[in-house]
Amino acid sequence: MTFEEFWRHSDVAGLVAQAERALPDQVERALARRVVDLEGFLALISPAAAAFLEPLARQAQSLTQERFGRVVQLYAPLYVSNDCVNACVYCGFNRHNPIRRTTLSLAEAEAEARVLWKQGFRNLLIVSSENPTAVPVSYFEALTQRLGSRFPSLSVEIYPLDEDGYQRLARAGVDGVTVFQETYEPDRYRRVHPAGRKADYSWRLATPERAARAGMRRVGLGALLGLGPWRLEAVGLALHALWLERRFWQTQVTISFPRLRPAPGGYTPPHPVSDRELVQLMCALRLLLPDVGLVLSTRESPELRDGLSRICVTHTSAGSRTEPGGYTRPGQADVQFRVEDRRSPAEVAARLLELGVEPVWKDWDAALHDTAP
Amino acid sequence: MSDVRTAGDDHLVIAGRTFRSRLLMGTGKFPNPRTMVQALAASGAEIVTVALRRVDLSRPQEDILAHIDRERYLLLPNTSGARNADEAVRLARLARAAGLADWVKLEVTPDPRFLLPDPVETLRAAEVLVREGFTVLPYIGADPVLAKRLEDLGTATVMPLGSPIGSGRGLLTRESVEIIIEQATVPVVVDAGLGVPSHAAEAMELGADAVLVNTAVAVARDPVVMAAAFRKGVEAGREAFLAGRAPVSRQARASSPLTGFLRDEP
Repeated sequence: MTFEEFWRHSDVAGLVAQAERALPDQVERALARRVVDLEGFLALISPAAAAFLEPLARQAQSLTQERFGRVVQLYAPLYVSNDCVNACVYCGFNRHNPIRRTTLSLAEAEAEARVLWKQGFRNLLIVSSENPTAVPVSYFEALTQRLGSRFPSLSVEIYPLDEDGYQRLARAGVDGVTVFQETYEPDRYRRVHPAGRKADYSWRLATPERAARAGMRRVGLGALLGLGPWRLEAVGLALHALWLERRFWQTQVTISFPRLRPAPGGYTPPHPVSDRELVQLMCALRLLLPDVGLVLSTRESPELRDGLSRICVTHTSAGSRTEPGGYTRPGQADVQFRVEDRRSPAEVAARLLELGVEPVWKDWDAALHDTAP
Repeated sequence: MSDVRTAGDDHLVIAGRTFRSRLLMGTGKFPNPRTMVQALAASGAEIVTVALRRVDLSRPQEDILAHIDRERYLLLPNTSGARNADEAVRLARLARAAGLADWVKLEVTPDPRFLLPDPVETLRAAEVLVREGFTVLPYIGADPVLAKRLEDLGTATVMPLGSPIGSGRGLLTRESVEIIIEQATVPVVVDAGLGVPSHAAEAMELGADAVLVNTAVAVARDPVVMAAAFRKGVEAGREAFLAGRAPVSRQARASSPLTGFLRDEP
């Protein structure tokens, strides 16, 4: 069975309704357990649970420390192209937006990586818009091979590939794939992705399992918070992660929390998610999935990032530029979204230490790649 | 089982090296390097393990190794992150090539959630590493037969888990660890899952030669005080083991037995 079959056979509306109407005593019963099942999770994302945010956060902190320690791993996004065939209504790279577009040559991308290496990063996330002509699989293979000796961990957040494509990347040295479903609701998905390769909901939904089957060590999920009612996305993320963990027992699952931000094109998110709701969602996922990595990017403010780093975040970016070439020639191309946390990587790291969380720059080794000599 | 000794000359011997402390410490999960250094000192440990995947030789100043006094501690690199024998062997070889150590704590944990050791791959890796001259300390499930197989291969210790890494649930594998201790001719180090000093004391009372602790100290509210507490727990448990516990009985032993009037008949 594929995840899509499982998802389409799940009573999603029923689960969301259960989350909407949970009562305070159901929340208390869920909080009385250290780790919750799906039913407990639904209670924890309920409106009623909003009144229990502090005990929820304490429990999330305790579980995160037990499983991951008092540490946060740092990574940096490396944007290589904003030249896109898609027309996602919320995205700055939408092909209809009149922005300055560019695709980095391999040498240019390597120069960007050198800046990040000097800042201390050993863990990069290679990010690209969808354009298989400008940035084919062979581009990412070649880039990975160029960067492999300096960066023990390289992940990609690029357009979905087939299993063969992921196998090629894994052989080249990529160890993680992040692909956000954006929204788990098929109708909404179609409306916000009206054209281009990305219009195919099913292809995208099956991407994490293709990546895991191809041997990726880490697979990252995410929903764009703000597109649709967040409790439905929460159910989607929870079921997707549980399903993947059960089937791909050697794969580490991570979940990111991209909240929609102002972007060129002027998209206003129809279902904005508040800070409190974001914290509630992240903590509830921690209690359901104690071993899942929780990722928070510089889309969020310093205050929120600092606060969540003490509670449940396990991976965070710092000093990010969201335009290709932004580390060596800032401002030459247009950004995907505006960064809210503009602190330098060193500032973020120093602040984490003050908060009692050790910033970890390197937590992987080239020797752990199947392709290593 | 270890030779019975008195507390005065009681030492831990691994691969011909003698240690006074029977507490091994991990170095992950600490809130900052300074706290880690202080906790290591408070623990009295002489062997500390470091994940090779955390070591960054390109940044010698900031790297975790910069904080560990190699005069004071024997560095025990571990292969955490390896999910098969090949990866573990590669990591160990790199560590040796970099001049880190010939000792290796062998960890092969294919599942990223419970980090339970893979017995088949661990055995394979141990075979290669022992042949290449490494001093191998394998992390294993509490499987007495696997422990013997590893010992036969020439590992320096066996390190059965008490419960899953980081869980703090204590010696849930007690029955199997007892068998491992009873059968072992190499030191038995209980590794993983010990949450409080009484868990460590329990393992030592059973006759474990040492314990390894990380999460329980690193994520305690005060890691330095907790490290000192574990030190005492390990010492208390060891002394109790050496002292030989009083026999266990389900009934009270009255000092004036009811049957005291009976005399032995001639």
